[in-house]
Amino acid sequence: MKVLVAVKRVIDYNVKIRVKADHSDVDLTNVKMAMNPFCEIAVEEAVRLKEKGVATEVVAVTVGPKAAQEQLRTALALGADRAIHVESDERVESLGAAKALAKLVEDEQPGLVILGKQAIDTDNNQAGQMLAALTGLPQATFASEVNVDGDKVQVTREIDGGLQTLELTLPAIVTTDLRLNEPRYAKLPDIMKAKKKPLDVKTPADLGVEVASRVKLLRVEPPAERQGGVKVSSVDELVDKLKNEAKVL
Amino acid sequence: MSILVLAEHQDGALAGATAHVVAAAKAIGGDIDVLVAGEGVAAVAEAAARLDGVSKVRVADNAAYAHQLAEPMAALIEALAGDYGHVLAAASTSGKNVLPRVAALKDVAQISEIIAVEAPDTFKRPIYAGNAIATVQSEDALKVITVRTTGFDAVGEGGSAGVEAVDFVADNNQSTFIKEALAESDRPELGAAKVVVSGGRGMGNGENFKLLDGIADKLGAAVGASRAAVDAGFVPNDMQVGQTGKIVAPELYVAVGISGAIQHLAGMKDSKVIVAINKDEEAPIFQVADYGLVGDLFDILPELEQKL
Ligand SMILES: Cc1cc2nc3c(=O)[nH]c(=O)nc-3n(C[C@H](O)[C@H](O)[C@H](O)COP(=O)(O)OP(=O)(O)OC[C@H]3O[C@@H](n4cnc5c(N)ncnc54)[C@H](O)[C@@H]3O)c2cc1C
Ligand SMILES: Nc1ncnc2c1ncn2[C@@H]1O[C@H](COP(=O)(O)O)[C@@H](O)[C@H]1O
Repeated sequence: MKVLVAVKRVIDYNVKIRVKADHSDVDLTNVKMAMNPFCEIAVEEAVRLKEKGVATEVVAVTVGPKAAQEQLRTALALGADRAIHVESDERVESLGAAKALAKLVEDEQPGLVILGKQAIDTDNNQAGQMLAALTGLPQATFASEVNVDGDKVQVTREIDGGLQTLELTLPAIVTTDLRLNEPRYAKLPDIMKAKKKPLDVKTPADLGVEVASRVKLLRVEPPAERQGGVKVSSVDELVDKLKNEAKVL
Repeated sequence: MSILVLAEHQDGALAGATAHVVAAAKAIGGDIDVLVAGEGVAAVAEAAARLDGVSKVRVADNAAYAHQLAEPMAALIEALAGDYGHVLAAASTSGKNVLPRVAALKDVAQISEIIAVEAPDTFKRPIYAGNAIATVQSEDALKVITVRTTGFDAVGEGGSAGVEAVDFVADNNQSTFIKEALAESDRPELGAAKVVVSGGRGMGNGENFKLLDGIADKLGAAVGASRAAVDAGFVPNDMQVGQTGKIVAPELYVAVGISGAIQHLAGMKDSKVIVAINKDEEAPIFQVADYGLVGDLFDILPELEQKL
């Protein structure tokens, strides 16, 4: 079984972003970029499936600018066998990415597609569900456990009230939650080897899809800043302030 | 143009989130229909019909929708969407699971987690863990939207909308419900609680969360947690507050043994009053806390419980 993993290049999760002075967008010049953390979890799960002998090949895919090939190389260093870059300099959001991925699913016929549950830049949380709709495949979002068994996959999902387990008929789409696994770090020899692994570049036009977002970004502002308050020196003072100043007790 | 709101419900009861989503629909303007899909949901439909501003409740009561699986739910909403200009759901795990699937079936974008309505096609939403607020405009004829419930005050009751059945039955041979392990608690739900007391890695282990329970009992609070506390297995996943967990905005949020990473702040910084208890006076949580108490939580919590 082939496994397709979708990875997105985003701002490193440790970086505190700034809004551009003209409010047109967030300023990403000279900002550290990385693979979206949920995509790291997706790659890890795919590689583990291969190590268990469930998957035969792991293909990493990204839709984005030339620089996003860095994240594909990371995926290859982590154990993906080959990569596909759908190159676009436009502002690609979830629907556009899902359209490109849907075409690749048609071409590649994977048994399982694993995506992150959410990209930490747009915080959209949509692409996996959209890909499932476009391909007509079943979906299990927010996975904390994935067990492939023959032509089925059982997935435990993190939902608001606790955990839910579903069984899907393969091929299927899974999106990862934080506790699915702990991603490994790429080792230097693997990073070297990754440079030689195959990386195909395609354009949205090759795939016959439009990827640019149809949602207009009119303005981006910093959020209302919270004023830091005071330090209290004792529990008594805290209780007093909460009762008499904040009036929340 | 009319608006379709997907009702959120559990155990045969309408969830509080729906009244917030109806409030967002009112801000958009137009007739508001609520869709209740599930099995044995007559009581949910009646409760939805009482919400202020609702014109009509449409009920799809069928085993096909029993566990709100994405495939039949999306097929159902797709079948009804033609009558509407907007489809709205709460940005709950259920809404997030179903709505993007609907959007893609209709070939439209989804606008996730709106916190304000600027115009029927223009909305505000947080991006980058709430470190920026984007104003976005949809160019699609059908707007598919999830609503962050903390952004909109719930509508009240007093309505008496008509209830009508929907016959559409989606068939689904692709996904099967196996089981659910739901947390049981007598406490208020995190998203709806007026007071939230959360513990982080500093709590040390799951047993120590009892120290928070004592305080939560006195305050009628819900108990939350940081990702680190959930990852370490102290408490279950449904307690995680943050960018990728639950978003809360109570009157009072008490963060105990939580450092204040941006991903955690994203889930609680709209709380009215924030209290931080941490032994590290440099912890970033103090930058957003109205009242900070530096010290060892194991000394502070028992004293606090006693003095409340
Ligand atoms: C993709 C992604 C998504 C994430 N989503 C979330 C999310 O939704 N929610 C979330 O919370 N995090 C999230 N995180 C994780 C986040 O970055 C932090 O790692 C996490 O919030 C840290 O949890 P913590 O504050 O409990 O632990 P730590 O950062 O380890 O802080 C523990 C704190 O406890 C204090 N402490 C220790 N002992 C005591 C004591 N005896 N008395 C008093 N204080 C004490 C310490 O001083 C310290 O400040 C996410 C991260 C990523 C990459
Ligand atoms: N441009 C993209 N290229 C590849 N994968 C993507 C892209 N955008 C989103 N994804 C995938 O979809 C997941 C969820 O993203 P989103 O729904 O956009 O928040 C990500 O974690 C990726 O796995």
